[in-house]
Amino acid sequence: MLEPDQIAASTRDAVRAPADSAARPAGTVRLVGLVLTLLRLGPLLILVVLIAVLSNLSPVFFTPQNLGNVLTQCAAIAILAIGQLLVILTRGIDLSVGSTLALSAVVGALVYAETASGFATILAMLLTGALVGAVNGFGYVYGRLPHPFIVTLATLSIARGLALGLSGGQPISGMPDIVTSIGGGAATWLAPWFPNAAFLVAAVAILVTVLLRGLVWGRWIYAVGGSPEGARRVGIPRSRVLVSVYVLSGLLAGVAAIVTSGRLNAGSPTFGQLAELDAIAAVVIGGASFLGGRGHVGNALIGAIMIGVIRNGMNLLNVEAFLQLIVIGVVIVIAVESDVIRGALEARFRVLKAASA
Amino acid sequence: MSTAPTLAIRDATKRFGAVLALDSVSLEVSAGTVLALLGDNGAGKSTLIKCISGVHRLDSGTIEVDGAPVQMTNPAVARAAGIETVYQDLALFDNLDTTANFFAGREEAAPAWLPRGLRWMRGKQMAAHSAEVVGRLKINLPARTASVGMMSGGQRQAIAVARSAAFASRVVILDEPTAALGLRESRQVLDLILRLRDEGCAVIVISHAMDHVMEIADHAVVMRRGRVVGEATPEPENRARIVSLIVGGEDSLSQRSDP
Repeated sequence: MLEPDQIAASTRDAVRAPADSAARPAGTVRLVGLVLTLLRLGPLLILVVLIAVLSNLSPVFFTPQNLGNVLTQCAAIAILAIGQLLVILTRGIDLSVGSTLALSAVVGALVYAETASGFATILAMLLTGALVGAVNGFGYVYGRLPHPFIVTLATLSIARGLALGLSGGQPISGMPDIVTSIGGGAATWLAPWFPNAAFLVAAVAILVTVLLRGLVWGRWIYAVGGSPEGARRVGIPRSRVLVSVYVLSGLLAGVAAIVTSGRLNAGSPTFGQLAELDAIAAVVIGGASFLGGRGHVGNALIGAIMIGVIRNGMNLLNVEAFLQLIVIGVVIVIAVESDVIRGALEARFRVLKAASA
Repeated sequence: MSTAPTLAIRDATKRFGAVLALDSVSLEVSAGTVLALLGDNGAGKSTLIKCISGVHRLDSGTIEVDGAPVQMTNPAVARAAGIETVYQDLALFDNLDTTANFFAGREEAAPAWLPRGLRWMRGKQMAAHSAEVVGRLKINLPARTASVGMMSGGQRQAIAVARSAAFASRVVILDEPTAALGLRESRQVLDLILRLRDEGCAVIVISHAMDHVMEIADHAVVMRRGRVVGEATPEPENRARIVSLIVGGEDSLSQRSDP
C-alpha cells in the first residue's frame, strides 16, 4: 500500500516528469506500468473477490450444486460472448445473436419434429445461425454500410419475426436426446452437479483460442481491428475477414441454441431475448476493448461468468430484480471507463518512456 | 556499372476527372542512391508514389523495375517487385507487437498446402527474423513483445521503415518520414535511411525539410502542378534555386523543358 504522501510524491513526479527528463520519470513509468497491469488483471481480480464475498454472505453460494447452476446459466451467454468477442475485435458489433439463437432453436425443433434425427436437428441449428451471420457479414461489407450496428439491428428484428412466424408464437417442445444431454445433462462420471454444457463451452473456447492465437486468420482479425486501412494496405483480405467473424458469431449463436433448447427441451421464439446485450456486456466487463483489436477468449469467459455470478448471488441474497439490473449496468460503465483510462495511461506511458529514453 | 536504373518512370500521366495530377513525369533512381522528391502541396508527389506502389494505376506511361516494365495493378504487385512504401500515417497496428507488425499480411506459417489464412503461424521463426532485421538496422526499440501503440513516435516510424527495409529488395519509398518527429527521433530515421542506401536499396524520400534533403539526398527532383519542373544536386549552393523551383519563382520558368 502506498502512503498518502507517497502518492502525493508520485503525483508530483508525474506532473514534473516532462520537464526534467532523465532521472524522475523512471519511477513514474513503473507506477503507470503497475496501474496498467492492474487494469489488465482487473476483471479476474474482481471476479475472485466477488466469489469470495458471495461465499461469505450466502452459505448456499459455494456449494457444488449452486456452482453447477451458475455454470449452466452462464453457458449460453459464454458461447454468445465468444462469438461477440470475434466481432468486437474487428471494431464491430453483432446485435442479432439473441434473435438468431431463438430462430435456430425454433428451426431445430421443427426439423426434429419432422425428421426425429438428432444429427439433422443440430445441423439445422448450426446452419441457421451461420446463415444469419452470413447475411450480417455480407450485408455489412458488400452493402458498404458505415457500421454493422444497423444491419445486425435489422436481422435482430427479422430473425425474431421469423422465429415467431415459424413457431406460431408458441414454444415447440421436444428435442433429441443428444441436445437435451448437452444442454441439460450432467457429467455424472465426473460429478453429479457438473453440467455437460460446460464442456461445450470449453471446447468452443479452445477452438476459438487456437484460431486467434495460432492461425494466420486470427492474426488478421486483430490486424483488421487495430487498423482497418492498414490491413488493406498490407494486403490482408479485409472484407473476407469481416464476413468470417459475423458468420462465426452466427454459428456460435446456433451452438448456444443447442444449449438453451437442450436445457428446456424445447425450441421457443422467446429464447435469448436481450441475450445480445448480455454477450456484449460480458465481452466488455471481461476486459476486451470495445474499440477493437484487444481482447481474448478469457475476457469473454470471465465476463460471462461474472454476469452469471452477480445474478445468481443476488438471487440467493434476495436482492430485488431491479437492483440486479442497476448493478450490472454500473459494472458495464466501470468496465468501459477502465478501458478508456487504460488508453489514456498508455498514451501517458508512451510520453514518459520517450522522455526517459 | 552502366546497368539499367533500379526504378524508372517514363512519361507517367494520371488524371482524376478534369484534374491532371501527373503530366508526363519521368524520373530514375539507381541502387544505393537517395532521390528526394520535392514540391509544394498538390504538386503530385503523393499521386506519383501511389502509382509506383500500386495504389493508383497510371493512365499512360510505364514503370520499369531493373529495366523491365511492370504493370502496377495493386499493392501486392509492387511488393512482389521489391518495392516497399512507408506512408505518412505509417499503417501500423497499434494493438500488435513489433514482430506482428513486421509480418502483417505476410506471416510465416505452415503447412504450405493449406490456404494462407488457415496456416499455423511460426511465431519463433518470425521473432528471430524480426530481431535480425532490428539488429541489422541498429534500431533502438523496447522489448519486441510490447505493443506498438506503447511506443514513441520515433520508434513507430523506425518500425514502419524497418518493416519496409526487411522486405524491400529494390526500392523503398518514404512519404514525409520525419514530419511528425522531434530532433533526436528525426536523426534516427535519417540514419536508418542512409543505412538502407548503403545496403543497396534505391530510396525515394518525399520531404519538406530542406535540411534533411540536403543531408541525405544524392539527387533532387522538384514537381509542381503534376510536372517535373527541375532537377538538382542538393548542395548548399543550389539550395536557393531548389526552393525557388518549389515555390515557382522566376528561375523555374527557364528550367521548363517545354514551352
